[in-house]
Amino acid sequence: MTLLGRGVAGIAAAVRSKEASAREVLAESLAAIEQLEGELHCFHTVMAERAEAAAAALDEKVARGEDPGLLAGVPVALKDNMCTKGTVTTCSSRILENWVPPYDATVVTRLRAAGAVVVGKTNLDEFAMGSSTENSAFGPTRNPWDTARVPGGSSGGSAAAVAAGMVPLAYGSDTGGSIRQPASLCGVVGVKPTYGLVSRYGLVAFASSLDQIGPFTLSVADSALGLEAVAGHDPADSTSIDRPATSYAGLLEEGVEGLRVGLIEDFVSEVSPSCAEAARAAAEALGAAGAKVEEVSIPEVLHGLPAYYVIAPAEASSNLARYDGVRYGLRVGGPDVAAMNARTRGAGFGKEVRRRVMVGTYALSAGYYDAYYGQAQRVRTLVVEAFARAYERFDVLVAPMTPSEAFRLGEKTANPLDMYVSDVCAVPSNLAGHPAVSVPFALGAEGLPVGVQVLAPALGEGLMYRAAAVLEQAAPPAARGPVRPGGERRA
Amino acid sequence: MPEGFDLVVGLEVHCELSTATKLFCACPNAFGSEPNTNVCPVCLGLPGSLPVLNERAVEFAIRIGRALNCEVRPAVFHRKNYFYPDMPKDYQITQYDEPTNVDGFLELRDGSRVGIVRAHIEEDTGKSTHLGGSGRIHGADHSLIDYNRAGVPLVEIVSAPDITSAAQAREYVSELRAVLVATGASDGRMEEGSLRVDANVSVRPAGAAELGTRCEIKNLNSLRSLVRAIEHEAARQAALVSAGGVVRQETRHWDEEAGVTHPLRSKEEAYDYRYFPEPDLVPLVPDAELIERAEAAIGLMPAARRERLVALVGEGDSPGLADQVQTAIELSLDQLVLDAVAAGAEPRLALARAANEAAAKAEGARALSATAFAELLGLESAGTLSATQSKQVLAVLIDEGGAPAEIARRLGFEALEGGEVESIIDEVVAANTAEWERYLAGDEKVAGFLLGQVMKASKGRANGKIVAAALAKRRG
Ligand SMILES: [Zn+2]
Repeated sequence: MTLLGRGVAGIAAAVRSKEASAREVLAESLAAIEQLEGELHCFHTVMAERAEAAAAALDEKVARGEDPGLLAGVPVALKDNMCTKGTVTTCSSRILENWVPPYDATVVTRLRAAGAVVVGKTNLDEFAMGSSTENSAFGPTRNPWDTARVPGGSSGGSAAAVAAGMVPLAYGSDTGGSIRQPASLCGVVGVKPTYGLVSRYGLVAFASSLDQIGPFTLSVADSALGLEAVAGHDPADSTSIDRPATSYAGLLEEGVEGLRVGLIEDFVSEVSPSCAEAARAAAEALGAAGAKVEEVSIPEVLHGLPAYYVIAPAEASSNLARYDGVRYGLRVGGPDVAAMNARTRGAGFGKEVRRRVMVGTYALSAGYYDAYYGQAQRVRTLVVEAFARAYERFDVLVAPMTPSEAFRLGEKTANPLDMYVSDVCAVPSNLAGHPAVSVPFALGAEGLPVGVQVLAPALGEGLMYRAAAVLEQAAPPAARGPVRPGGERRA
Repeated sequence: MPEGFDLVVGLEVHCELSTATKLFCACPNAFGSEPNTNVCPVCLGLPGSLPVLNERAVEFAIRIGRALNCEVRPAVFHRKNYFYPDMPKDYQITQYDEPTNVDGFLELRDGSRVGIVRAHIEEDTGKSTHLGGSGRIHGADHSLIDYNRAGVPLVEIVSAPDITSAAQAREYVSELRAVLVATGASDGRMEEGSLRVDANVSVRPAGAAELGTRCEIKNLNSLRSLVRAIEHEAARQAALVSAGGVVRQETRHWDEEAGVTHPLRSKEEAYDYRYFPEPDLVPLVPDAELIERAEAAIGLMPAARRERLVALVGEGDSPGLADQVQTAIELSLDQLVLDAVAAGAEPRLALARAANEAAAKAEGARALSATAFAELLGLESAGTLSATQSKQVLAVLIDEGGAPAEIARRLGFEALEGGEVESIIDEVVAANTAEWERYLAGDEKVAGFLLGQVMKASKGRANGKIVAAALAKRRG
C-alpha cells in the first residue's frame, strides 16, 4: 500500500512514529500530481519547493522529538480562494491572475501549525460562482471518474484532487453547496461545517453570510481530523463562534442506535431516480443500524434556492466592488477613474461573475430592495424556523445531495438556471448556517458516484459524523475514490 | 438673513475619535505619518480580510452620545456602497437605520437647544491628492492616495434642522467641539480635519411652516468659513426664490477664496448607496457595564466648567474675555487655568496666556504642569519677564517641559542687572544726543525711540518696563 493510501490518520501516524518521512509522503503526492494533472487540471499552482522545505522542516521536528501535530506530514491542497502569503491566489479570475497576498488565511496558519504540508492551490469556478468549475478563467477541471464530465463546483479542483488520490486532504469553501456537490459528483466525503466554526479570515469572500470552509477526504474519519485541525474560534473573524474546538474522532464508533433520523421527502422528489434511491437506501441503512427513521416534509427548503440566488449575488456585488483596478490586481486604464473601474471589471471578470454582480446590484437597489433582498431574507428566516421545528423531532436529517450524477462538460453552460438547480438540496444548510456532509453512497445509473447528505443542527458536527460513519460502512467501496482518470480503481 | 426669509440649518459633524488604533484593525490611528505606513490587509480592504470592531471606539462613541443626551441603543452596521478610489473596499462600513446614539440635544450658551437626531459610528476613507490638470478628481493628470486615514473611527453627529442663523451654527459647532473634547473621545481639531462640518441650508418665507429645499454645503474647514458659507448660501437661495426661481436639492462646494458656493453634484443623479446589513460584523449591543464605563469617563460638561471659570476671572465687559473663556473651555484648557490660579497665578493673565498662546499647542498645553505655568505667570506679573518673553518661554515649556526660570535664562531673558541697564542707557544717550536733548526738554514722542534703542542694544534682554522707569528717573 502506498503511503497516500493510508489516508490522513495513517499518514500522520506513520510520520509521527518515523515509519515514514514527510518528504516521502510528499514525493508520492507530487508524483501523482505530475502524472495526472495534465488530464484533470486540478491545480493552478503546485508549490513543490515550498512544500519540500516544509516537509523537511517537519521531519527535523520529528527527529528532535517535538510534537509534529495532528496532520503531521499530510499533503494538503487548498482551493485557490484562500490567501497564501507569498503564493499567488487567483480565485480563478483574470482580475487576480497575478495577485500575491501578503498574509496567510487563518486556515492556512492552522494547517501549517498542525503539521500539514501545503502542496498547491486548486481550481474553482471564478470567485466560487458556479457548480461545475467550468467558470474558471484558466480552464475547467475534469472529473476523474469520467474526464468528459465535470467534477462539480465550485470547489471542483479540490474534490477531483482527492478523488484522484493526488492528496488525501483538500479544502474547499461552501457558499451554496460548493463543497458537498462536487464531493458527491467525485465520490469523496465533503463537509460544510456550522457557519462560524471555521474562520473565514483570508478566504476571499463570495457571500459573507454563507461562506464556510470545509474538508474533502476519502473517508469520514479523515474528514473529522481535517475539520478538527482548522476549526475553532478566531478573533480575526467577528462571525467566528467563541467556543473551544472539539475532537470528533472519538465519536465515530458511537453509531446511530436510538437517534431520530428524518428523510426530507421534499428533496427526494426533486432528484433523479438514482439519487432518490440512494437517499432512501441511506435512510434504511441508518434504520438497520438502530436509528428511528421517518420521512418528513419541510416544504420551506424548496424556497431556499431562489432566496439563495438573491442573497448570495447581493453580498457578492458588494464584496467584489473592491476589484476596481486602483490598488492591486488587473488594471485597464481609461480617461478617468470611472472608465478605469468599468474597463478593469469588464475585462477582469468572467460572464457568470458579471451576471451575479448585476443581479445583486439590482436586488439591493433603491425601490427593489424590499421586493428582492428583503423578501429573500424573510424566506431565509422561514427556512431557519422550519429546520428548528424539524430538529425538535429529529437528531439529524438525511437527503439527496445532487439532482443527478456528474454531467458532461458544456451540458449546462448555455443556461445558467439549469446550472443553479444543481444546488437545490445544498443551499438550505447555508441559509440556516447548519452543518452538512456529503457521503459517497452508491453508483448511479450512469456508473458514477452518488452522494447522500446528512444534515444536522448548528454545532451538530458530532451527530453528523456519527451518521456519516454508519453510511460509509453500509456503502459499496466501489462508490468512492480514489480512481484513476476514466474511473479505473487506484491501488 | 435677507428680509422676508427664515433660515433653517442642520449640521452634520464628522468627528475623528482619538483611539490608539483604527476602527476595524490594529493599525495606529495617527495623524501626520509617512503616507501608507499605517496600513494592513484589513484597512486596505485586501481580498479575504475581515473587520473586527474596536471596543474602545464604541466606548468613545457612547461617551459622545451620552454627553449629547442621546439614548444608547443596540445598533447594526451597514455597508454603504459606492465606488471611490480612496475607499479601499468600495463600500464604507457605517450605521444606517439602527445607529448607536439617537434622540439627544445640545444646549448652547444662550440656553437654546439644538436637537441631535443621531450620532453614529463609521469608518473614515483614505485621502486623495490630485496632481496636474484641474487638481480635482475629474481632469487631474494623476492622483496619489494615502490610506493611513482609511478605517480611522468617526462619529457622525447629525443635528435636527433647529439652527436659525449663521451665528447660532457657529455657536453650535463651538459648543459641540467643547463637549467632544470634554468627553476625551476627540481632540476636536478642525484644522487637521479631525472635525469636519457639512451644513444643510434652506430658506423659507418668514413664518412659513413648510421647509424649503435644502442644499448641502461641503468643505467648511473653519468656524469662519462655516459662517461665511451659510450667509452666502442663505442670500443665494433667498435671491433665487425672490426672483421666482426654484432651489435645486444638491451638494455644493464652499470656495473659501471666492466666497461662494458652487454645485458639486445633483442629488437627483446621486448615488444609490444600496445599504444592506454588514454580514462580516455582528450587531453591536452595548452592555450596561460598557455604558456605565463610558458615562463615568465623561468629564465635567462645558456649561458647568464655564460657570466655574467665569467665577474665577469675573464677567468682564469686553467680548474678548468671553471669547477667551470659550476658547479655554473648547480646548479643555480651563483646568490648567484653575490649577495655575490655585498655585498663585493671576486669574486673567492665566486665562489670557492659556486661551491665546497655549491654545496653539492645545494638546501639549493640556499636559502642562500647572505649577510651572503658575511660576512663569509669576515672573511675568513681577515684571521679571516681559509679555513677549513670557510667551516665548511658554512655547518652550509646552514643547519640552522644565523650569520657567531656567528656560528664561537659556533664552537669554535673564533680567539685566541695574548697572548693566544704566551703562547701556549711557551708550544710547551718547550716540543720540539730539534725541536725548529733546527728551529732556519734555518731548514724549521721542521716548519710544530711545526705549527701542536701549532694547536693541541689550539684544532684547532688558525688560521694557524697567528701562522706561530708568529713563524717566534720569530725566528727573
Ligand atoms: Zn489596518
